[in-house]
Amino acid sequence: MREITYAQAICEAIDEEMERDDKVIMLGEDIGIKGGNFGQTQGLYEKYGEWRVKDTPISENSFVGLALGAALTGLRPIVEIMYSDFLVIAGDQIMNQIAKIRYMSGGQTKVPLTICTTIGLGRSTAAQHSQSLHALVSHIPGLKIVMPSTAEEAKGLLKTAIREDNPVVFFEHRLEFNQKYQVPEGEILIPFGKANILKEGNDLTAIGIARQAINSLKASNRLAKEGIDVEVIDLRTIVPFDRNTIINSVKKTGKLLIVDEGYERCGVAAEIGMGIMDDIFFDLDLPIERICTQNVPIPFSPILEEEIMPTEEKIYKRIKKMVEENNIG
Amino acid sequence: MKKQIEDYNLSQDFLAKLLKEMLKIRYFENKVVELYSSGTMPGLAHLYIGEEAIAVGVCSALTEQDFVTSTHRGHGHVIARGADLNKMMAEILGKKTGYCKGKGGSMHIIDMTKGLLGANGIVAAGIPIATGAGYSIRYRKTDQVSVVFFGDAASNHGNFHESINMAAAWKLPVIYICENNLYGISVDIRKVTNTKNIADRACAYGIPGVIIDGNDVLSVYDVTKEAVVKARKGLGPTLIECKTYRHKGHHLADPGIIYRAENEREEWMQKCPIKNFKKRLIDEKYFSEEEISFNEKEIRDLIDKAADFAISSPYPEKYEAYEDVYFVDKIEEEVYL
Repeated sequence: MREITYAQAICEAIDEEMERDDKVIMLGEDIGIKGGNFGQTQGLYEKYGEWRVKDTPISENSFVGLALGAALTGLRPIVEIMYSDFLVIAGDQIMNQIAKIRYMSGGQTKVPLTICTTIGLGRSTAAQHSQSLHALVSHIPGLKIVMPSTAEEAKGLLKTAIREDNPVVFFEHRLEFNQKYQVPEGEILIPFGKANILKEGNDLTAIGIARQAINSLKASNRLAKEGIDVEVIDLRTIVPFDRNTIINSVKKTGKLLIVDEGYERCGVAAEIGMGIMDDIFFDLDLPIERICTQNVPIPFSPILEEEIMPTEEKIYKRIKKMVEENNIG
Repeated sequence: MKKQIEDYNLSQDFLAKLLKEMLKIRYFENKVVELYSSGTMPGLAHLYIGEEAIAVGVCSALTEQDFVTSTHRGHGHVIARGADLNKMMAEILGKKTGYCKGKGGSMHIIDMTKGLLGANGIVAAGIPIATGAGYSIRYRKTDQVSVVFFGDAASNHGNFHESINMAAAWKLPVIYICENNLYGISVDIRKVTNTKNIADRACAYGIPGVIIDGNDVLSVYDVTKEAVVKARKGLGPTLIECKTYRHKGHHLADPGIIYRAENEREEWMQKCPIKNFKKRLIDEKYFSEEEISFNEKEIRDLIDKAADFAISSPYPEKYEAYEDVYFVDKIEEEVYL
């Protein structure tokens, strides 16, 4: 099977959807001539021209609003917000307009719009360029929130997002862009609301969000050698989220660890935990646990950044502790 | 020197239409006051009384294919665009038969069949949206135009500057109509803005900025028509500032008195767009007083019918609160709410 990078997979998704449907256009900073901040749109400007792959001025709230206007009047736009930290600049258009216009209009409008943005700790880009603010937009009714793990997942989920007739916020991960993955040729479409079980197991369920699914899998492979059998789930989409897969897994294992790069406070780990509580409370051997980014602004120095972020090592240690504590008890 | 009506070269039918549309708005808004005072109306509305010439003058210069984006003070624009009065009134009362099935209310009335991309509860939020409609027009290579209404206060918002900048840079067919009624709720625009006229800002973006008497419906129509022709030709956006005044307060629960001087209010009431247009039509011998009264009665009846329709319509069912969040197509999706 051929190997391509995560960035190339994203580019392929956009390219294929643009070829398939001439209503698909893309707007964002540096997506045109530069080919994207991380190479996500390499070659698209040359192929589709400046009206379909539009470099915008630094006007997040207005160019996201512009994308909404285009979505309401016949187009299928993709709009890029360079870092998820900047979602808040476009806060009004995303949360008060895009998310709500269908409902407020009593169903008269359709918003076939995809917002792509980037998250990811670990490159010393500090407090204003490193956040994973998916919890903020997950909180607002009317949006769909997508967080792929690998290149194949990114491609399949982005294609679905672009074809979706509702607004989607799609979170790409900075540390993944240059990673090479095996990605099959041909059409890949991954549905929303269907989690992926990366590894089956009986001792504990580990849900990883975006890159943390990959970290959880790595940690679990290590633990397998020590006789600890973890079931690893890649959640894929936060809204809608696949309750059934998680519930079935936790009923089997009795233990749940959620790993998420958003801040711990009011993060999606809390939402997932509460969201399934009714169904799995009596199946739990231990309280649900979470590993998230600590409740501090993200520091610049690598030593400090590592201290506060979820890592494979932290996942390994925590799962070990949870399983061993439970065995003793 | 004010032009004579005949200088505009408009048919009698067209002149009658302009007056009737303004009357429709005025009577509609008066009815809203009545319904609010009688306790029949939930929430609030932001009345367009005194500004009718702008909505009517602008919308009369458009075709059915064009797009219009409005504000929280949107009843005038929506009516001038040809909206269904029954559905509007029902929406304002929160009924199931309203435009938005009772889910939007006064500030969020939308009619996609008329290219009405919505009234909007956030000041200046419609400006980028309308600019996006302009982008879509350019991309699809049609000769539609996109018109956006906003107030003087909105012109101090970042969206105004960002959107006009993009429309100017990309020559988008968008017409920016600023309804300068001098106040953003209670704040006098003159105290928070250093430019004398909003239209003076157009030169910062390299686009034409025109100032007109927003209470002269013929002037509004004429200037808009010119801007529309330009936009359709691909010559880009125009900013049109219409000087006007709202007769009432910011919304139904605001008398609009403590922050506005009495002599200023009285002066502007004299400039009522409807009163003055009627007078001109009669003075310049286009219509008689009887003809005009007949039209007024016709429109009052229309509005009464709309109110009756709305009052007698049912409220939505409770389960409807959970519908229309997402578009769900033929394949049933499981959505975790």
